[in-house]
Amino acid sequence: MRRNIFIFAALILFPWAMSAADSLFYVSFASRVIIYAIAATSLNLVLGYGGMISFGHAAFVGAGAYIASICIAEGLTSAWLGWPAAIAASALAAWLIGAVSLRTRGVYFIMITLAFAQMAFYLVNSMKAYGGDEGLTLPRRAELGFGLDLGNEVVFYYVVLFFLAISLYGLHRIMQARFGRVVVAIRENEARAEAIGLPVYRYKLVCFVIAGAVAGLAGALLASHGKYVNPNVLHWVQSGTLMIMVILGGVGHLWGGAIGAAVLLGLEHVISDYPIPWLAAVAPNYQQHANLGVGLVMLAIVLFAPQGVAGLLSRRPRA
Amino acid sequence: MLELRQVSKRFGGVVATDEVTLEVKGGEVHALIGPNGAGKTTLISQISGSLASDGGEIRFDGSDITRARPHERVKLGLARSYQITSIFKRFSVLDNLALAVQARSGSSFSFWRPVAAESALFEQARSIANEIGLLRKLDFVAAALAHGEQRALEVGLALATRPKLVLLDEPLAGMGPEEAQRMIALIDRIRSHVTVLLVEHDMDAVFRLANRISVLVNGCVIASGAPETIKANVQVRRAYLGDEVAA
Repeated sequence: MRRNIFIFAALILFPWAMSAADSLFYVSFASRVIIYAIAATSLNLVLGYGGMISFGHAAFVGAGAYIASICIAEGLTSAWLGWPAAIAASALAAWLIGAVSLRTRGVYFIMITLAFAQMAFYLVNSMKAYGGDEGLTLPRRAELGFGLDLGNEVVFYYVVLFFLAISLYGLHRIMQARFGRVVVAIRENEARAEAIGLPVYRYKLVCFVIAGAVAGLAGALLASHGKYVNPNVLHWVQSGTLMIMVILGGVGHLWGGAIGAAVLLGLEHVISDYPIPWLAAVAPNYQQHANLGVGLVMLAIVLFAPQGVAGLLSRRPRA
Repeated sequence: MLELRQVSKRFGGVVATDEVTLEVKGGEVHALIGPNGAGKTTLISQISGSLASDGGEIRFDGSDITRARPHERVKLGLARSYQITSIFKRFSVLDNLALAVQARSGSSFSFWRPVAAESALFEQARSIANEIGLLRKLDFVAAALAHGEQRALEVGLALATRPKLVLLDEPLAGMGPEEAQRMIALIDRIRSHVTVLLVEHDMDAVFRLANRISVLVNGCVIASGAPETIKANVQVRRAYLGDEVAA
């Protein structure tokens, strides 16, 4: 607990330190990392705690991003309208997709969630009114009122940090509560969970919907952050990126999604923005292939720290 | 308490259970015996609901449960244990049992209140642990228990759902003589408040515990009755008991 407070204190002081160093770019970058942290945390609920290997989580991020963007594009700029709408739309999408997908298991579940997400990807691609494959540029970020200007990078940072704090605390509470115990029990032994009287399908579906809703919020924040959204936010590569974040950070660890997002996006940034002279001399284009470096790190994690970075840092076993 | 009428299950061309008719009366320990591959576990799975029946009717405690989902049957008071140990291996003994108690005590759609605050759950879990002789192992991770203890926990999970009838699928499987005696004593203790349908290969246990015995061969019940009757039944001796009883 003390460590969590320490981490958040550092995150709260971060923009102050950055403005002192006159590098506000990093505040915006950190906001992006935090938004991905929220999305990856929501996937961790399904994948890490629930053991449901969903390969279509980008669909829910995308649904949220698009609904929030469409609201802004149509002149409904209030975050109080756009964000709840995004959450509701993603929850609904998760409910529909989950209701069908969760009737399957194992590889079939992976494939069917992937298929649904790709269907959503092509659907959005064909929405010509909202930019089609070129995406949708927004005139502005959502409006929060109360004199808080989300156009200000520092304000925006604190808002997304607030949502990350809520997501992590919510996840923590859920996992301590009856519902969380059931979700983990289903992951550990689904047949037995059913045999002690738990309606397994219903619990999995609710878990899936909660994760979808939170992913939708992340999507809405992402759209406002970049003032732009395009179909790639729903592409399967995006689902894979979120999975990689969870695995890097720690499957079934409270901080797994957040750490994974920070490590992956940080790594990408370092590789593409800070050239290593001797490597550039051998392979001039290597910086355009940041994934090579990410792949190596991923390999190291899977081989030497299957519990992810959070597993390395924590002595406690995962939930 | 439990009535099966012409219950069948086919896997492709293989008939696993063939129009099984069987009655388990309230308060008895009813043993189901038969050679390997006779369809005993299939029948248990049909009764517990993890396998859908192809035909016939299953009635439990006055209601038709032929089409009921497994968790609905547990709610009615019908629980099972598995031949191959199926417990929550990474949970502690206490958490295993508390989870099963939780499953039977109201909804688990509770997202905020910590389970740890629900002392009633853990009290009941402790009393089950006491009943199955694992009170001193409460904090052990289930995977770290000895085989016999895991088998006891297996039965404990079923008991923690407060069943009226419990289906025990070979509770003595893989046990040494000492562990087996402990399990027999456990079943003898629970019979005062739970009806038992016992699938078991250990004839010593069967004849010590059972009020009635049914014999399943090739998916058919070939005999059903009091232990002495079964022992004396020529057909049964030929099909299954063979030398063991003759000797």
